[in-house]
Amino acid sequence: MLTIRDLHSGYGRIEALHGVDLDIEAGEIVTLIGANGAGKTTLLMTICGKPRATEGAIRFEGADITRLPTFQIVRRGIAHSPEGRRIFSRMTVLENLQMGAVVADPRHFPADLERVLALFPRLEERLNQRGGTLSGGEQQMLAIGRALMSRPRLLLLDEPSLGLAPLVVGQIFKIVREINREQQVTVFLVEQNAFHALKLAHRAYVMVNGRITLRGTGAELLANPAVRAAYLEGGHTPAAETGP
Amino acid sequence: MLKDALAAAVVAALLALPLLGFRLADSQQGLSLDYRFAWVGYAAAAVFIGRLGMAFAAAAFSRVFQRKRQTLLPLAGRPSRNRKIVGWLLVAAALLLPLAPFADRNLIDKATLLLIYVMLGWGLNIVVGLAGLLDLGYVAFYAVGAYSYALLSQTFGLSFWLCLPFAGALAACFGILLGFPVLRLRGDYLAIVTLGFGEIVRVVLLNWESLTNGPNGISGIQRPSFFGLPFLAAAPGRTTFHEFFGLPFSPGQRIIFLYYVILVLALATNLFTLRIRRLPIGRAWEALREDETACRSLGINPTRTKLSAFALGAMFAGFAGSFFATRQGFISPESFTFIESAIILAIVVLGGMGSQIGIVLAAILLVGLPEWFRDLQQYRMLAFGGAMVLIMLWRPRGLLASREPTIRLAADALEAAPQTAGEAAR
Ligand SMILES: Nc1ncnc2c1ncn2[C@@H]1O[C@H](COP(=O)(O)OP(=O)(O)O)[C@@H](O)[C@H]1O
Ligand SMILES: [Mg+2]
Repeated sequence: MLTIRDLHSGYGRIEALHGVDLDIEAGEIVTLIGANGAGKTTLLMTICGKPRATEGAIRFEGADITRLPTFQIVRRGIAHSPEGRRIFSRMTVLENLQMGAVVADPRHFPADLERVLALFPRLEERLNQRGGTLSGGEQQMLAIGRALMSRPRLLLLDEPSLGLAPLVVGQIFKIVREINREQQVTVFLVEQNAFHALKLAHRAYVMVNGRITLRGTGAELLANPAVRAAYLEGGHTPAAETGP
Repeated sequence: MLKDALAAAVVAALLALPLLGFRLADSQQGLSLDYRFAWVGYAAAAVFIGRLGMAFAAAAFSRVFQRKRQTLLPLAGRPSRNRKIVGWLLVAAALLLPLAPFADRNLIDKATLLLIYVMLGWGLNIVVGLAGLLDLGYVAFYAVGAYSYALLSQTFGLSFWLCLPFAGALAACFGILLGFPVLRLRGDYLAIVTLGFGEIVRVVLLNWESLTNGPNGISGIQRPSFFGLPFLAAAPGRTTFHEFFGLPFSPGQRIIFLYYVILVLALATNLFTLRIRRLPIGRAWEALREDETACRSLGINPTRTKLSAFALGAMFAGFAGSFFATRQGFISPESFTFIESAIILAIVVLGGMGSQIGIVLAAILLVGLPEWFRDLQQYRMLAFGGAMVLIMLWRPRGLLASREPTIRLAADALEAAPQTAGEAAR
């Protein structure tokens, strides 16, 4: 579905990705884990066309999208829930969801709204409330719901667990699995919260300093001693994560 | 508290010394200096007492202020109905104004001027309030509208109503012209470039003498007619307005007609904005103001969105400019200086960046009141500045800062949803 080959990208003269190869098949949940500053966000943004790739190719469903402007990439069926959520805080929840649907056929709006609200009942109670007054977890739900309103086939999620309480993280990851299973949306999940993300993933990649260093199924990487040492046992221990 | 007040008084005295302390006076020997040091004392005393009073008031009302701070981001809710009522009352008052017994020519004239600013405020609101693009050169489009009407009507003898769409379209083209180079700019940088653009247009008007007649301006611009009936005492070979309706001639008829024309133009601007806010393009403007990156990742084309905001905002300035030209009968570059842009922007900011009624209130405050208080003479601008500072202290985010949602689910639909479910889950 998405094929990335030898991708280089960065900001101005600073290169942040030094040749990334990555594949995502339709129907999968693929996770990318890596430390702060590894280049995870840069990879997602480069898939979306900003910053532009300096070298390499990105193909989506067989078509080359490397040089397309962002809004055209989104129109092809890729939705991006960006780092830090970036919901419109002065707009109401309903208006935020409408903004997500700008590229979709307006006739689908009622059905799509119902579908998203069924996933996130919390949002239904707050439809007329301003986005900025939502709690962190609700804002994250809104960011994912907004991205889903464009009827994507591939959903890019950038650290949805950032700054959320473990209980809420669990809820959100459960919903991500639901989105993948029941709505047949392929998910590319970027996380620092490695334990949860790897448990959820069919396949996973590890990124270090702008390069992919490890790949495998989620279970394989969870069992990998190097991954455990680098991403799981320093603070993100399974015991602490699964606590009450 | 005392120390603070004393410090403020000293600063005031220092400021007042050159401002109030000396006065040039005409005398037999030419100019002479009057010394008015007592005034400096008054100013310092007033500031001292005022500052002390403010400190006491702040202490007394601190609880009230704290509560206000908590509700900076209010829930969408109540204000909507009140605002609607106020809006309709304002429209009714504006429609009935010329019929009021106290409405003399002077008042209607001033109300017309006020409405021009309201319309300009509503037009600029599209660019600044909705799309969040800080534009300090808005008066350029107003000038383009005014000159295009003046030149079209003088060269081709076209009527006001025929020229109006052309003037609007031309101003919109200028909007796009400005939009292209500033697409990547935001905030302060955008402000500087638009400021420069406004000045360029004015300087071109000033120097392109063969077209615009330079600093002397264009005079004898055609006055508007009522469906082809001119407002004249007598027009050889044509029926005039008063002849057609069998009324006695009065110059007030034209004044009232002009008032209704600008009222209709302004209301059309308002209606347009209210409608477009509910359409995808209007919603995209508001989203763009909040977060351009998020907009892009949702599939919005920022180029098109920004250019359309510049173009439509400019179009309404063009309409207002045409009206200005036909009302004055004379235009020159002097009417289109930076201070006009600044006043229009102040109206939008003071109104609350995006609030339509807020803009009306701000225009009344900034344009209406200074006109009526001409009696204050030299202290007029002082009062104006003081009022602005006070308002910004009292309502730092504008008169009506809370944004009206463009869509709202019916209240009963919400009540039907189990409201306690959220609390129960926690
Ligand atoms: N806007 C930017 N301008 C310049 N450098 C950036 C910018 N954003 C990120 N970087 C750099 O690119 C690298 C990768 O960052 P990022 O993709 O945000 O990492 P991650 O999401 O994995 O934490 C880092 O070294 C960071 O400093
Ligand atoms: Mg990141």
